[in-house]
Amino acid sequence: MLLALPVLAGMADEPYLVSLFSRILIYALAAVSLDLMLGFGGMVSLGHAAFFGVGAYVVCILSYHAFDGTPFLSWPIHIDGQQSALVVWPTAVLLSAAAAAVIGALSLRTSGMHFIMITLAFAQMLYYFFVSLEAYGGDDGISLFARNTVPGIDLGDDRQFYYLCLAALTVFIFFSWRLVYSRFGMVIRGCRENERRMKSLGFATFRYRLVCFIIAGAGAGLAGALIANQTEYVSPGLMHWTRSGEILVMVLLGGMGTLFGPVLGAATLLLVEELLSIYTEHWMVYLGPFLILVVLFAKRGIYGWLAGGSAKHG
Amino acid sequence: MAESLLSVHSLFKRFGAVQASNGFSLEVARDELHALIGPNGAGKTTALNQLSGELEPDRGEIYFNGRRITHLPAHRRARRGLARSYQITSVFDRLTVQENLSLAIQAHNGHSFRFWRRAVDDPVIQTAIAPALARVGLAERADIPAANLSHGEKRQLEVGMALAGYPKLLLLDEPYAGMGPGGAVELTKLIRRLKADVTILLVEHDMRAVFALADRITVLVYGEAIASGSPEEIRNNPLVRQAYLGDEMLEQGYGDA
Repeated sequence: MLLALPVLAGMADEPYLVSLFSRILIYALAAVSLDLMLGFGGMVSLGHAAFFGVGAYVVCILSYHAFDGTPFLSWPIHIDGQQSALVVWPTAVLLSAAAAAVIGALSLRTSGMHFIMITLAFAQMLYYFFVSLEAYGGDDGISLFARNTVPGIDLGDDRQFYYLCLAALTVFIFFSWRLVYSRFGMVIRGCRENERRMKSLGFATFRYRLVCFIIAGAGAGLAGALIANQTEYVSPGLMHWTRSGEILVMVLLGGMGTLFGPVLGAATLLLVEELLSIYTEHWMVYLGPFLILVVLFAKRGIYGWLAGGSAKHG
Repeated sequence: MAESLLSVHSLFKRFGAVQASNGFSLEVARDELHALIGPNGAGKTTALNQLSGELEPDRGEIYFNGRRITHLPAHRRARRGLARSYQITSVFDRLTVQENLSLAIQAHNGHSFRFWRRAVDDPVIQTAIAPALARVGLAERADIPAANLSHGEKRQLEVGMALAGYPKLLLLDEPYAGMGPGGAVELTKLIRRLKADVTILLVEHDMRAVFALADRITVLVYGEAIASGSPEEIRNNPLVRQAYLGDEMLEQGYGDA
């Protein structure tokens, strides 16, 4: 169905649907990456949007310099602006991973409520850092002059961009699926259940949890690079803690500790938001109780409810 | 006497006003089953946590297999062959029996920064999993989540996980706690079987089990070992009798021996 969507949207003469669903796919990617650490690794983070934002800013800042003709950095090494997705996106992923490595290395020394608060604090630090970056729009954010370029694909075309997002999400879910059942996946699932026991079995748990945190951050960075291209605009709001909360809600809503749950969660949340906002600007008033009902009565999320007793994934 | 596998020299550990370990010393010889007993609050669990590396002693030294491990973190001790099972069963509830054991096997076979191949397809795990399941008699329960096991079966799995890395020394923390009579008989059989393969330090309340199984016994009172010897010597030790008011528990153990 997702494959046919652009065709259906074309027939229904609602091209807007294509960009709405691109957005859903991108948020789904961010939600799946969060679920790797939350649902499988047992690490509840309220700062995941930080990596999402870093990925998005990398795209906009490099693009800004490419059009401006000024170098991003002239000392100690010379770095020019860039428009090619083949360079920009890997850079976005690597820098988000690097940010995750630093934040993770410090945050993972704590656990439980402290961990939630410290990830939130780091994300807010990054948020205010970008707010104060006047060169790149500060509070107002920065526009993307044109979407990145990929040889053979026209990202400016919404349909082609949609298929690229679908491909990115599919590849990431496949990678995550392999990961969850690999030796590494077993270790992080073990840490979720009982970290003390993992240590007494002989695992240096900190390293494994950190790598999981970095992989999740890298996934969010890729999603961020895509969202910058989708909206062609980035602002610090992208990394505000409420955004982290939104991604967290997608995971809870769809089904924590499953790989397709976060996709359903992202789709549900964004579609409900879209529908309700047609009728009222106070759509949050209606969404709130809906979320509470889901959390109370469908503990394993929409996915768990659909899949019934047969849902597995640890 | 053979060279000690585990050698503990006067450990001290204080929690606020409580001196939980007060010069605790212990020698565990290779291939023996050594029991550590003591009245409630004697500091058995604190002692055990210091041996496994979850607590660091304020003072004192611990030697394992001829090397000093006093400040080694728990996971490195486990890799050197010091395994423990927990009093409160701590298997991974949401993983299957097989996955629980395969994690334990993984811990002792290289690193686990492998992201692609399914863990169950790993040849190392594949060859080790069947014997590990058989050893604790859970071969038929391999694919059910650990949460669905009976209390006794969870205990067996718990011990199986500790054994999966073929440790040199197994620390068993009150394995009989909460066990019904049927389960206790099974467990005694299991420990007897294990005794042939691995050195065991058994921390236990159940005197019947202790006197039936132990080669040597150390008695801990107020954080200090007041006696150490064969079950016969311990039974007749006046200090020990005094520590266990009324002697009931020792009589019980005696009657069974």
